[in-house]
Amino acid sequence: MGAGHAHWLHRDHDSPVHRLAPEVKITAAVLCTVAVVLTPREAFGAFAAYLVLIGAVAGLARVGPGWLIRRSAIELPFVLFAVVLPFTGHGPRTQVLGVALSVEGLYAGWNILVKGTLGVLVSLLLAATTTPRELIVGLDRLRCPQILVQIATFMLRYLQVLVDEARRMRVARLARGYDPRFLWQVRAFAAGIGALFLRAFERGERVYLAMLSRGYTGRLPEGRAPKASKTQWTAGLSVVAATAVIAVVS
Amino acid sequence: MNNDVVAMHISNGIIDAPVSGIFAAIAASAIAVCVLRARADLDDRLAPMAGLVAAFIFAVQMLNFPVLPGVSGHLLGGALAAILVGPWVGALCVTVVLVVQALVFADGGLTALGLNVTNMAVIGTAAGYLLVVALLRARVPLVGAAFVASVVSVVVASQGFVLQYALGGGGGLSIGAVASLMAGPHLLIGIGEGLITAVTVSAVAKARPDLVYALRTRRQRQQQEELVSA
Repeated sequence: MGAGHAHWLHRDHDSPVHRLAPEVKITAAVLCTVAVVLTPREAFGAFAAYLVLIGAVAGLARVGPGWLIRRSAIELPFVLFAVVLPFTGHGPRTQVLGVALSVEGLYAGWNILVKGTLGVLVSLLLAATTTPRELIVGLDRLRCPQILVQIATFMLRYLQVLVDEARRMRVARLARGYDPRFLWQVRAFAAGIGALFLRAFERGERVYLAMLSRGYTGRLPEGRAPKASKTQWTAGLSVVAATAVIAVVS
Repeated sequence: MNNDVVAMHISNGIIDAPVSGIFAAIAASAIAVCVLRARADLDDRLAPMAGLVAAFIFAVQMLNFPVLPGVSGHLLGGALAAILVGPWVGALCVTVVLVVQALVFADGGLTALGLNVTNMAVIGTAAGYLLVVALLRARVPLVGAAFVASVVSVVVASQGFVLQYALGGGGGLSIGAVASLMAGPHLLIGIGEGLITAVTVSAVAKARPDLVYALRTRRQRQQQEELVSA
Protein backbone atom coordinates (compact mmCIF):
# COMPACT_ATOMS: atom_id res chain seq x y z
CA MET A 1 0.00 0.00 0.00
CA GLY A 2 1.34 3.35 -0.88
CA ALA A 3 2.95 5.96 1.15
CA GLY A 4 3.55 9.32 -0.44
CA HIS A 5 5.95 10.48 -3.04
CA ALA A 6 7.28 13.21 -0.87
CA HIS A 7 10.87 13.07 -2.04
CA TRP A 8 12.30 13.93 -5.39
CA LEU A 9 14.92 11.34 -6.22
CA HIS A 10 17.08 13.57 -8.39
CA ARG A 11 20.66 13.92 -7.05
CA ASP A 12 21.76 17.38 -7.96
CA HIS A 13 25.42 17.12 -8.94
CA ASP A 14 27.38 16.67 -12.13
CA SER A 15 28.63 13.41 -13.62
CA PRO A 16 29.03 11.83 -17.05
CA VAL A 17 25.72 10.02 -16.51
CA HIS A 18 23.98 13.26 -15.50
CA ARG A 19 25.24 14.90 -18.71
CA LEU A 20 23.90 12.12 -20.93
CA ALA A 21 20.84 13.24 -22.94
CA PRO A 22 17.55 12.17 -21.31
CA GLU A 23 16.23 10.31 -24.36
CA VAL A 24 19.33 8.08 -24.31
CA LYS A 25 18.94 7.34 -20.61
CA ILE A 26 15.23 6.50 -20.89
CA THR A 27 15.85 4.17 -23.85
CA ALA A 28 18.76 2.48 -22.09
CA ALA A 29 16.84 2.07 -18.83
CA VAL A 30 13.82 0.52 -20.55
CA LEU A 31 15.89 -1.87 -22.72
CA CYS A 32 18.08 -2.96 -19.77
CA THR A 33 15.00 -3.65 -17.65
CA VAL A 34 13.48 -5.70 -20.47
CA ALA A 35 16.70 -7.74 -20.73
CA VAL A 36 16.67 -8.36 -16.96
CA VAL A 37 13.03 -9.49 -17.01
CA LEU A 38 13.65 -11.81 -19.99
CA THR A 39 16.57 -13.55 -18.22
CA PRO A 40 15.61 -17.06 -17.01
CA ARG A 41 15.30 -17.15 -13.23
CA GLU A 42 17.82 -20.00 -12.84
CA ALA A 43 20.63 -17.89 -14.36
CA PHE A 44 22.08 -16.80 -11.02
CA GLY A 45 25.39 -15.68 -12.58
CA ALA A 46 23.63 -13.32 -14.97
CA PHE A 47 21.87 -11.51 -12.13
CA ALA A 48 25.19 -11.07 -10.33
CA ALA A 49 26.65 -9.65 -13.55
CA TYR A 50 23.73 -7.19 -13.86
CA LEU A 51 24.37 -6.04 -10.30
CA VAL A 52 28.04 -5.42 -11.11
CA LEU A 53 27.01 -3.45 -14.22
CA ILE A 54 24.52 -1.35 -12.24
CA GLY A 55 27.21 -0.77 -9.62
CA ALA A 56 29.59 0.46 -12.32
CA VAL A 57 27.02 2.92 -13.72
CA ALA A 58 26.17 4.08 -10.19
CA GLY A 59 29.87 4.66 -9.53
CA LEU A 60 30.17 6.67 -12.73
CA ALA A 61 27.08 8.68 -11.71
CA ARG A 62 28.49 9.16 -8.17
CA VAL A 63 25.31 7.77 -6.60
CA GLY A 64 26.21 6.03 -3.35
CA PRO A 65 25.17 2.46 -2.46
CA GLY A 66 23.65 3.63 0.83
CA TRP A 67 21.25 5.96 -0.98
CA LEU A 68 20.32 3.25 -3.49
CA ILE A 69 19.60 0.70 -0.75
CA ARG A 70 17.53 3.16 1.31
CA ARG A 71 15.49 4.22 -1.71
CA SER A 72 14.91 0.67 -2.94
CA ALA A 73 12.78 0.16 0.18
CA ILE A 74 9.98 1.32 -2.13
CA GLU A 75 9.89 -2.33 -3.17
CA LEU A 76 9.06 -3.75 0.27
CA PRO A 77 5.45 -4.89 -0.34
CA PHE A 78 6.64 -7.06 -3.21
CA VAL A 79 9.43 -8.49 -1.07
CA LEU A 80 6.78 -9.57 1.42
CA PHE A 81 4.83 -11.17 -1.42
CA ALA A 82 8.02 -12.97 -2.54
CA VAL A 83 8.68 -14.23 0.99
CA VAL A 84 5.18 -15.69 1.30
CA LEU A 85 5.37 -17.73 -1.93
CA PRO A 86 7.74 -20.52 -0.74
CA PHE A 87 5.30 -21.30 2.08
CA THR A 88 2.14 -21.26 -0.02
CA GLY A 89 3.45 -22.77 -3.27
CA HIS A 90 2.46 -26.22 -4.52
CA GLY A 91 4.54 -29.06 -5.92
CA PRO A 92 7.62 -30.84 -4.58
CA ARG A 93 9.09 -29.54 -1.34
CA THR A 94 12.61 -29.12 -0.15
CA GLN A 95 14.04 -28.83 3.37
CA VAL A 96 15.56 -25.45 4.21
CA LEU A 97 16.75 -25.18 7.83
CA GLY A 98 14.24 -27.85 8.78
CA VAL A 99 11.28 -26.13 7.11
CA ALA A 100 9.60 -27.75 4.11
CA LEU A 101 9.40 -25.13 1.37
CA SER A 102 7.88 -25.38 -2.10
CA VAL A 103 10.61 -25.50 -4.78
CA GLU A 104 8.36 -23.74 -7.27
CA GLY A 105 7.48 -21.14 -4.65
CA LEU A 106 11.16 -20.53 -3.86
CA TYR A 107 11.94 -19.98 -7.53
CA ALA A 108 8.91 -17.71 -8.00
CA GLY A 109 9.81 -15.70 -4.91
CA TRP A 110 13.45 -15.40 -6.02
CA ASN A 111 12.28 -14.35 -9.49
CA ILE A 112 10.15 -11.50 -8.11
CA LEU A 113 12.82 -10.46 -5.62
CA VAL A 114 15.76 -10.32 -8.01
CA LYS A 115 13.99 -8.84 -11.04
CA GLY A 116 12.06 -6.35 -8.90
CA THR A 117 15.21 -5.23 -7.11
CA LEU A 118 17.33 -4.88 -10.26
CA GLY A 119 14.47 -3.02 -11.97
CA VAL A 120 14.12 -0.60 -9.07
CA LEU A 121 17.87 0.02 -9.05
CA VAL A 122 17.82 0.86 -12.78
CA SER A 123 14.81 3.19 -12.29
CA LEU A 124 16.47 4.81 -9.27
CA LEU A 125 19.63 5.50 -11.28
CA LEU A 126 17.55 7.05 -14.06
CA ALA A 127 15.63 9.23 -11.59
CA ALA A 128 18.78 10.17 -9.67
CA THR A 129 20.62 11.42 -12.75
CA THR A 130 17.77 13.09 -14.66
CA THR A 131 15.55 15.97 -13.55
CA PRO A 132 11.78 15.52 -14.02
CA ARG A 133 11.83 18.31 -16.60
CA GLU A 134 14.56 16.53 -18.61
CA LEU A 135 12.58 13.29 -18.44
CA ILE A 136 9.64 15.02 -20.14
CA VAL A 137 11.93 16.51 -22.79
CA GLY A 138 13.30 13.00 -23.33
CA LEU A 139 9.81 11.54 -23.75
CA ASP A 140 8.97 14.34 -26.20
CA ARG A 141 12.07 13.55 -28.31
CA LEU A 142 11.16 9.87 -28.25
CA ARG A 143 7.95 10.81 -30.12
CA CYS A 144 5.61 10.44 -27.16
CA PRO A 145 2.15 11.81 -28.23
CA GLN A 146 1.93 15.60 -27.85
CA ILE A 147 -1.14 15.46 -25.62
CA LEU A 148 0.69 13.30 -23.10
CA VAL A 149 3.73 15.57 -23.15
CA GLN A 150 1.51 18.62 -22.67
CA ILE A 151 -0.37 17.07 -19.75
CA ALA A 152 2.91 15.97 -18.17
CA THR A 153 4.42 19.44 -18.59
CA PHE A 154 1.43 21.13 -16.97
CA MET A 155 1.39 18.50 -14.26
CA LEU A 156 4.98 19.11 -13.19
CA ARG A 157 4.49 22.88 -13.34
CA TYR A 158 1.44 22.80 -11.08
CA LEU A 159 2.64 20.10 -8.71
CA GLN A 160 4.77 22.34 -6.53
CA VAL A 161 2.08 25.02 -6.55
CA LEU A 162 -0.46 22.50 -5.30
CA VAL A 163 1.84 21.12 -2.62
CA ASP A 164 2.65 24.58 -1.32
CA GLU A 165 -1.03 25.57 -1.38
CA ALA A 166 -1.90 22.42 0.58
CA ARG A 167 0.82 23.17 3.11
CA ARG A 168 -0.42 26.74 3.58
CA MET A 169 -3.97 25.47 4.12
CA ARG A 170 -2.74 22.89 6.64
CA VAL A 171 -0.77 25.47 8.58
CA ALA A 172 -3.85 27.71 8.58
CA ARG A 173 -5.97 24.87 9.99
CA LEU A 174 -3.38 24.09 12.68
CA ALA A 175 -3.22 27.76 13.61
CA ARG A 176 -6.97 27.67 14.24
CA GLY A 177 -6.64 24.93 16.85
CA TYR A 178 -7.12 21.95 14.54
CA ASP A 179 -5.82 18.69 16.00
CA PRO A 180 -5.23 16.10 13.28
CA ARG A 181 -5.81 12.58 14.55
CA PHE A 182 -6.88 9.39 12.83
CA LEU A 183 -10.48 9.52 11.56
CA TRP A 184 -11.17 13.00 12.89
CA GLN A 185 -9.01 14.45 10.17
CA VAL A 186 -11.01 12.90 7.33
CA ARG A 187 -13.61 15.66 7.36
CA ALA A 188 -11.22 18.58 7.33
CA PHE A 189 -8.97 16.75 4.89
CA ALA A 190 -11.85 16.14 2.49
CA ALA A 191 -13.23 19.67 2.76
CA GLY A 192 -9.73 21.05 2.19
CA ILE A 193 -9.25 18.98 -0.92
CA GLY A 194 -12.25 20.47 -2.70
CA ALA A 195 -11.06 23.96 -1.91
CA LEU A 196 -7.52 23.06 -2.95
CA PHE A 197 -8.68 21.88 -6.35
CA LEU A 198 -10.68 25.03 -7.08
CA ARG A 199 -7.94 27.39 -5.91
CA ALA A 200 -5.37 25.54 -7.99
CA PHE A 201 -7.60 25.36 -11.06
CA GLU A 202 -8.43 29.03 -11.08
CA ARG A 203 -4.77 29.88 -10.72
CA GLY A 204 -3.93 27.42 -13.50
CA GLU A 205 -6.54 28.92 -15.80
CA ARG A 206 -5.11 32.43 -15.31
CA VAL A 207 -1.58 31.19 -15.99
CA TYR A 208 -2.71 29.33 -19.09
CA LEU A 209 -4.50 32.36 -20.53
CA ALA A 210 -1.41 34.45 -19.81
CA MET A 211 0.70 31.86 -21.64
CA LEU A 212 -1.69 31.87 -24.62
CA SER A 213 -1.52 35.64 -24.86
CA ARG A 214 2.28 35.42 -24.91
CA GLY A 215 2.29 33.06 -27.89
CA TYR A 216 2.10 29.59 -26.32
CA THR A 217 1.37 27.04 -29.06
CA GLY A 218 1.35 23.82 -27.08
CA ARG A 219 5.10 23.30 -27.00
CA LEU A 220 7.49 24.76 -24.50
CA PRO A 221 10.80 26.12 -25.78
CA GLU A 222 13.58 23.53 -25.58
CA GLY A 223 15.59 23.85 -22.40
CA ARG A 224 19.33 23.78 -21.99
CA ALA A 225 19.62 20.03 -22.43
CA PRO A 226 21.19 19.52 -25.87
CA LYS A 227 20.00 16.74 -28.14
CA ALA A 228 21.80 13.42 -27.98
CA SER A 229 24.92 13.14 -30.13
CA LYS A 230 26.08 9.93 -31.81
CA THR A 231 28.68 9.52 -29.05
CA GLN A 232 25.97 9.77 -26.39
CA TRP A 233 23.81 7.16 -28.10
CA THR A 234 26.85 4.90 -28.40
CA ALA A 235 27.62 5.31 -24.69
CA GLY A 236 24.05 4.62 -23.63
CA LEU A 237 23.54 1.70 -25.96
CA SER A 238 26.84 0.10 -24.97
CA VAL A 239 25.34 -0.45 -21.51
CA VAL A 240 22.30 -2.00 -23.19
CA ALA A 241 24.59 -4.16 -25.33
CA ALA A 242 26.43 -5.37 -22.21
CA THR A 243 23.08 -6.29 -20.61
CA ALA A 244 21.96 -8.06 -23.76
CA VAL A 245 25.20 -10.06 -23.93
CA ILE A 246 24.73 -11.19 -20.31
CA ALA A 247 21.11 -12.12 -21.05
CA VAL A 248 22.03 -14.16 -24.13
CA VAL A 249 25.07 -15.89 -22.57
CA SER A 250 23.04 -16.97 -19.53
CA MET B 1 5.36 14.26 5.95
CA ASN B 2 5.68 10.51 5.98
CA ASN B 3 9.15 9.17 5.36
CA ASP B 4 8.48 5.58 4.35
CA VAL B 5 7.98 5.54 0.63
CA VAL B 6 6.45 2.25 -0.44
CA ALA B 7 5.30 1.21 -3.88
CA MET B 8 1.80 0.14 -4.72
CA HIS B 9 2.25 -0.29 -8.44
CA ILE B 10 3.24 -3.63 -9.97
CA SER B 11 7.02 -4.04 -10.14
CA ASN B 12 9.20 -5.94 -12.60
CA GLY B 13 9.15 -9.73 -12.45
CA ILE B 14 5.75 -10.22 -10.78
CA ILE B 15 4.07 -11.03 -14.08
CA ASP B 16 6.06 -12.90 -16.74
CA ALA B 17 7.44 -11.25 -19.88
CA PRO B 18 4.94 -12.49 -22.54
CA VAL B 19 1.89 -11.38 -20.53
CA SER B 20 3.58 -8.04 -19.69
CA GLY B 21 4.20 -7.59 -23.40
CA ILE B 22 0.61 -8.37 -24.32
CA PHE B 23 -0.68 -5.88 -21.78
CA ALA B 24 1.84 -3.27 -22.96
CA ALA B 25 0.30 -3.66 -26.44
CA ILE B 26 -3.24 -3.47 -25.01
CA ALA B 27 -2.35 -0.34 -23.02
CA ALA B 28 -0.63 1.27 -26.01
CA SER B 29 -3.61 0.72 -28.31
CA ALA B 30 -6.07 1.93 -25.66
CA ILE B 31 -3.98 5.08 -25.22
CA ALA B 32 -3.83 5.59 -28.97
CA VAL B 33 -7.65 5.55 -29.05
CA CYS B 34 -7.75 7.95 -26.09
CA VAL B 35 -5.32 10.33 -27.83
CA LEU B 36 -7.52 10.39 -30.94
CA ARG B 37 -10.74 10.93 -28.97
CA ALA B 38 -9.13 13.42 -26.56
CA ARG B 39 -8.23 15.75 -29.45
CA ALA B 40 -11.96 16.33 -29.90
CA ASP B 41 -12.45 17.04 -26.18
CA LEU B 42 -9.36 19.11 -25.57
CA ASP B 43 -10.54 22.66 -26.11
CA ASP B 44 -8.68 25.68 -24.79
CA ARG B 45 -9.71 25.19 -21.23
CA LEU B 46 -9.38 21.46 -21.08
CA ALA B 47 -5.59 21.54 -21.65
CA PRO B 48 -4.65 23.19 -18.34
CA MET B 49 -7.55 21.36 -16.70
CA ALA B 50 -6.07 18.02 -17.73
CA GLY B 51 -2.62 19.03 -16.46
CA LEU B 52 -4.13 20.17 -13.21
CA VAL B 53 -6.19 17.05 -12.73
CA ALA B 54 -3.00 15.05 -13.26
CA ALA B 55 -1.07 17.27 -10.84
CA PHE B 56 -3.94 17.04 -8.38
CA ILE B 57 -4.03 13.24 -8.51
CA PHE B 58 -0.28 13.27 -8.11
CA ALA B 59 -0.37 15.65 -5.16
CA VAL B 60 -3.24 13.93 -3.39
CA GLN B 61 -1.30 10.68 -3.68
CA MET B 62 1.30 12.30 -1.44
CA LEU B 63 -1.25 12.48 1.37
CA ASN B 64 -2.14 9.13 2.86
CA PHE B 65 -5.25 8.16 4.64
CA PRO B 66 -5.28 5.27 7.14
CA VAL B 67 -6.97 2.11 5.89
CA LEU B 68 -6.03 -0.45 8.53
CA PRO B 69 -3.62 -0.06 11.43
CA GLY B 70 -0.20 0.13 9.79
CA VAL B 71 -1.63 0.23 6.28
CA SER B 72 -2.34 3.43 4.46
CA GLY B 73 -3.70 3.97 1.02
CA HIS B 74 -3.77 6.76 -1.47
CA LEU B 75 -5.97 7.92 -4.29
CA LEU B 76 -5.84 6.23 -7.69
CA GLY B 77 -7.81 9.00 -9.31
CA GLY B 78 -9.38 7.22 -12.28
CA ALA B 79 -13.00 8.06 -11.43
CA LEU B 80 -12.13 11.61 -10.37
CA ALA B 81 -10.31 12.27 -13.63
CA ALA B 82 -13.12 10.74 -15.70
CA ILE B 83 -15.81 12.85 -14.01
CA LEU B 84 -13.87 16.11 -14.30
CA VAL B 85 -12.25 15.85 -17.75
CA GLY B 86 -14.06 12.94 -19.38
CA PRO B 87 -12.98 9.35 -19.97
CA TRP B 88 -10.50 9.97 -22.81
CA VAL B 89 -8.50 12.82 -21.33
CA GLY B 90 -9.00 11.26 -17.87
CA ALA B 91 -7.32 8.03 -18.91
CA LEU B 92 -4.45 10.07 -20.37
CA CYS B 93 -4.10 11.98 -17.07
CA VAL B 94 -3.80 8.78 -15.05
CA THR B 95 -1.38 7.37 -17.64
CA VAL B 96 0.84 10.43 -17.31
CA VAL B 97 0.79 10.11 -13.53
CA LEU B 98 1.80 6.44 -13.77
CA VAL B 99 4.58 7.07 -16.32
CA VAL B 100 6.02 9.93 -14.28
CA GLN B 101 5.83 7.86 -11.09
CA ALA B 102 7.72 5.04 -12.78
CA LEU B 103 10.39 7.38 -14.20
CA VAL B 104 10.73 9.95 -11.42
CA PHE B 105 9.93 7.91 -8.31
CA ALA B 106 10.85 4.37 -9.41
CA ASP B 107 7.31 3.33 -8.37
CA GLY B 108 6.13 0.57 -10.70
CA GLY B 109 8.42 -1.42 -12.95
CA LEU B 110 9.29 -0.09 -16.41
CA THR B 111 8.32 -3.43 -17.96
CA ALA B 112 5.14 -3.52 -15.85
CA LEU B 113 3.99 -0.12 -17.11
CA GLY B 114 1.57 -1.75 -19.55
CA LEU B 115 0.02 -3.78 -16.72
CA ASN B 116 -0.32 -0.74 -14.45
CA VAL B 117 -1.70 1.51 -17.19
CA THR B 118 -4.23 -1.16 -18.22
CA ASN B 119 -5.47 -1.60 -14.63
CA MET B 120 -5.54 1.93 -13.31
CA ALA B 121 -5.75 4.21 -16.34
CA VAL B 122 -7.87 2.11 -18.71
CA ILE B 123 -9.98 -0.25 -16.56
CA GLY B 124 -10.27 2.13 -13.58
CA THR B 125 -11.24 5.16 -15.63
CA ALA B 126 -13.62 3.23 -17.91
CA ALA B 127 -15.41 1.55 -15.00
CA GLY B 128 -15.68 4.83 -13.09
CA TYR B 129 -17.01 6.78 -16.05
CA LEU B 130 -19.54 4.19 -17.25
CA LEU B 131 -20.92 3.86 -13.74
CA VAL B 132 -21.16 7.61 -13.17
CA VAL B 133 -23.01 8.10 -16.44
CA ALA B 134 -25.39 5.24 -15.65
CA LEU B 135 -26.07 6.54 -12.13
CA LEU B 136 -26.62 10.11 -13.30
CA ARG B 137 -29.03 8.81 -15.91
CA ALA B 138 -30.88 7.00 -13.10
CA ARG B 139 -31.21 10.43 -11.40
CA VAL B 140 -28.75 9.65 -8.60
CA PRO B 141 -27.26 12.92 -7.27
CA LEU B 142 -23.71 13.65 -8.43
CA VAL B 143 -22.17 13.22 -4.95
CA GLY B 144 -23.56 9.72 -4.54
CA ALA B 145 -22.74 8.74 -8.10
CA ALA B 146 -19.16 9.94 -7.71
CA PHE B 147 -18.73 8.02 -4.45
CA VAL B 148 -20.12 4.72 -5.75
CA ALA B 149 -18.25 4.98 -9.05
CA SER B 150 -14.93 5.56 -7.26
CA VAL B 151 -15.33 2.62 -4.89
CA VAL B 152 -16.26 0.29 -7.73
CA SER B 153 -13.57 1.59 -10.08
CA VAL B 154 -10.80 0.97 -7.52
CA VAL B 155 -11.98 -2.58 -6.78
CA VAL B 156 -12.47 -3.38 -10.48
CA ALA B 157 -8.99 -1.98 -11.29
CA SER B 158 -7.47 -4.17 -8.57
CA GLN B 159 -9.14 -7.19 -10.15
CA GLY B 160 -7.28 -6.38 -13.37
CA PHE B 161 -4.18 -7.57 -11.52
CA VAL B 162 -5.95 -10.83 -10.67
CA LEU B 163 -6.54 -11.47 -14.37
CA GLN B 164 -2.89 -10.68 -15.12
CA TYR B 165 -1.70 -12.93 -12.29
CA ALA B 166 -3.89 -15.76 -13.58
CA LEU B 167 -2.33 -15.38 -17.04
CA GLY B 168 1.31 -14.84 -16.16
CA GLY B 169 2.04 -14.90 -12.42
CA GLY B 170 4.40 -17.36 -10.77
CA GLY B 171 4.24 -19.06 -7.40
CA GLY B 172 0.99 -20.98 -7.67
CA LEU B 173 -1.16 -18.85 -5.37
CA SER B 174 -4.78 -19.73 -6.05
CA ILE B 175 -6.74 -17.17 -8.04
CA GLY B 176 -9.36 -16.94 -5.31
CA ALA B 177 -6.67 -16.08 -2.75
CA VAL B 178 -5.17 -13.37 -4.96
CA ALA B 179 -8.62 -11.97 -5.75
CA SER B 180 -9.58 -11.62 -2.09
CA LEU B 181 -6.09 -10.38 -1.19
CA MET B 182 -6.51 -7.59 -3.74
CA ALA B 183 -10.20 -6.86 -3.18
CA GLY B 184 -10.08 -6.45 0.63
CA PRO B 185 -7.60 -3.60 1.02
CA HIS B 186 -8.74 -2.00 -2.22
CA LEU B 187 -12.32 -1.87 -1.00
CA LEU B 188 -11.08 0.16 1.97
CA ILE B 189 -8.86 2.31 -0.28
CA GLY B 190 -11.88 2.72 -2.55
CA ILE B 191 -13.98 4.10 0.30
CA GLY B 192 -11.28 6.69 1.05
CA GLU B 193 -11.03 7.43 -2.65
CA GLY B 194 -14.82 7.69 -2.92
CA LEU B 195 -14.97 10.27 -0.13
CA ILE B 196 -12.22 12.39 -1.67
CA THR B 197 -13.76 12.15 -5.14
CA ALA B 198 -17.27 12.95 -3.93
CA VAL B 199 -16.15 15.98 -1.93
CA THR B 200 -13.89 17.32 -4.68
CA VAL B 201 -16.46 16.83 -7.42
CA SER B 202 -19.29 18.38 -5.42
CA ALA B 203 -17.11 21.38 -4.48
CA VAL B 204 -16.23 21.92 -8.15
CA ALA B 205 -19.84 21.35 -9.27
CA LYS B 206 -21.07 23.92 -6.77
CA ALA B 207 -18.60 26.66 -7.69
CA ARG B 208 -17.86 25.94 -11.35
CA PRO B 209 -20.36 23.47 -12.85
CA ASP B 210 -19.00 24.30 -16.31
CA LEU B 211 -15.81 22.42 -15.39
CA VAL B 212 -17.43 19.05 -14.68
CA TYR B 213 -17.40 16.92 -17.83
CA ALA B 214 -19.96 14.39 -16.58
CA LEU B 215 -22.44 17.21 -15.88
CA ARG B 216 -21.67 18.93 -19.14
CA THR B 217 -22.80 15.98 -21.22
CA ARG B 218 -25.95 15.69 -19.15
CA ARG B 219 -26.64 19.38 -19.58
CA GLN B 220 -26.07 19.12 -23.30
CA ARG B 221 -28.46 16.19 -23.42
CA GLN B 222 -31.10 18.18 -21.57
CA GLN B 223 -30.64 21.06 -23.98
CA GLN B 224 -31.11 18.67 -26.88
CA GLU B 225 -34.26 17.24 -25.29
CA GLU B 226 -35.62 20.76 -24.81
CA LEU B 227 -34.87 21.53 -28.43
CA VAL B 228 -36.62 18.38 -29.57
CA SER B 229 -39.69 18.97 -27.40
CA ALA B 230 -39.89 22.67 -28.33
